[in-house]
Amino acid sequence: MTASAGSTALAGPDYQRLIEADRVHGSLYTDPRVFADELECIWYRTWVYVGHESEVPQPGDYVVKNIGPQSVIMTRHRDGTVHLLLNRCSHRANQICEAARGNSRALRCQYHGWTFATDGTLLGYPFRQGYAGDEAKAALGLGRVARTGSYRGFVFGSFAAEGPTLAEHLGAAAGVLDRLTRLSPEGDVRITAGWLRHKVEANWKLLVENETDGYHPQFVHASIFEVGQSGVGALYSEKSAATARDLGDGHTEHDLRPQFRALNVPLGWFGTTEERLPAYARTMRELHGDTVARQILVDGSPHVMIFPNLFVAEIQMFVIQPLAVDQTVQHVTPLQFAGAPDLNRRLLHQVSGSVGPAGLLLADDSEMYERNQRGVQSLAPEWLALRRGLHREHVDDEGHLAGAATDETTQRGIWRHIKELMTAPAPAGGERA
Amino acid sequence: MMLLSTAISRAEAEEFIYAEARLADDHQYDAWEALWADDGVYWVPAGHGSAENADERISVIYDNRSRIALRVAQLKTGKRHSQDPVSNVARVISNVEIIRGDSHSAETRASFIAVESRIRGLTTWAGSVGHTLIRTEAGLQMSRKVVLLVNRDQPLPTLAFLI
Repeated sequence: MTASAGSTALAGPDYQRLIEADRVHGSLYTDPRVFADELECIWYRTWVYVGHESEVPQPGDYVVKNIGPQSVIMTRHRDGTVHLLLNRCSHRANQICEAARGNSRALRCQYHGWTFATDGTLLGYPFRQGYAGDEAKAALGLGRVARTGSYRGFVFGSFAAEGPTLAEHLGAAAGVLDRLTRLSPEGDVRITAGWLRHKVEANWKLLVENETDGYHPQFVHASIFEVGQSGVGALYSEKSAATARDLGDGHTEHDLRPQFRALNVPLGWFGTTEERLPAYARTMRELHGDTVARQILVDGSPHVMIFPNLFVAEIQMFVIQPLAVDQTVQHVTPLQFAGAPDLNRRLLHQVSGSVGPAGLLLADDSEMYERNQRGVQSLAPEWLALRRGLHREHVDDEGHLAGAATDETTQRGIWRHIKELMTAPAPAGGERA
Repeated sequence: MMLLSTAISRAEAEEFIYAEARLADDHQYDAWEALWADDGVYWVPAGHGSAENADERISVIYDNRSRIALRVAQLKTGKRHSQDPVSNVARVISNVEIIRGDSHSAETRASFIAVESRIRGLTTWAGSVGHTLIRTEAGLQMSRKVVLLVNRDQPLPTLAFLI
């Protein structure tokens, strides 16, 4: 990639020039300096999805998560609060948690035996006589993600001590999570079915952009549409009534409800019927009444990319973890709904077939991410074109930019937000908490 | 299908397992699929938890017989991009043992190393593989194949060939 457009060796990448309204420069996917800037301006500043409260149901539960390359321990403290702690001993920086999850009254560093409460407080250290007194103890807790917030059980963290609240960050995306949890008779998603972790040699933004790219399915997934009984192809055809929507703040969705409403079959969005999930259908009808329950079951589950890393895709949930400019891990788990065991079992087996390294769908998406990463290193043309649907884009009733299912309204929305973040002045203040 | 009553020897089991590996390496999809019994289950667990219960934890692959057929049909379309071009794969299988056997079936366990070449580079896949073999009029078939990757608790690259 030439360095001609918008960057000089001294000044670093110039995001005002590299990100235009309808095209972006290839170096944004390949330049390690861009990745370093993104860690500072995006991953270590804005709200990032970390984990779900249902992963740490009991006091003392912990699970190792991440914010980009940072290892983060999500804990449930004895008072019921959820904490996001950095996986680094405050003594000599050993990594504290090796196991992916567990339950313990205290987190113990195996190097010199320091112990920490599940809220990060330093509890003690062996051979106390080696320290003149305990006065430094209070300041030697584990590092913390500066702010922790939770919405409907989804736990987010921000390394910035100040900035928009989680509610402000989620904005319109919160309403989409409301739609999701409404599918549970108990109003809750449960993340209990384990994770697949899929490693790709591609820049993280290629994944984010693909999650709400309605243009690719007919081509990337042609093989499975040809041999399987999938309804997905129709959702992203040229005739689809679905909407690609820029929800603002980098969040984007495919609103598939127009398609599901045209189908007008409860659970049709999941390719099944109420007869095949009678217990779930009965519970929902008893809970909401026939009319409302029917609407919920016809409308189905959302398809939303919550910037920068949480992708809820109807039956599963992905978490995107950038590791380097050309290395990303995509974590995926089946959505499970509290109070819906028959639905959950079916979700689990459907998701196992679709996603992950051997998934009938996702293996091909990942192939495209890696081909894209190789392609974008070519010298010309230097830009990626994001013009699709510009001429038919409109502002919808809620004030969001909306386009046809296959339009690049979503990618433009993602980049508009990235540009804001990458050109925002650094926040005041110094050392991280 | 008719089950025939003669215990399966280790030599027979080895012959089957080597042939299965060769057909997978060579992308002989129809011949590979023909090795499956009607109730076949092809299972590649993920993480340590999923090796216990595929109904509660997600797996890398958990295919019943109809999904095995779907997977093979997808590969044969020529549009399965993650296998177009196909991976070049060579696998070695060793340490074959019969863990359990009766008059017409056997459970085997073996170790394998498979090296996969794609544009991405060489990927080493290794682990243990368990087969449940049954004797039928058509010869031996497999009713279950479980692949326990050594790195199933770590992030994995795309695995689109038949492991």
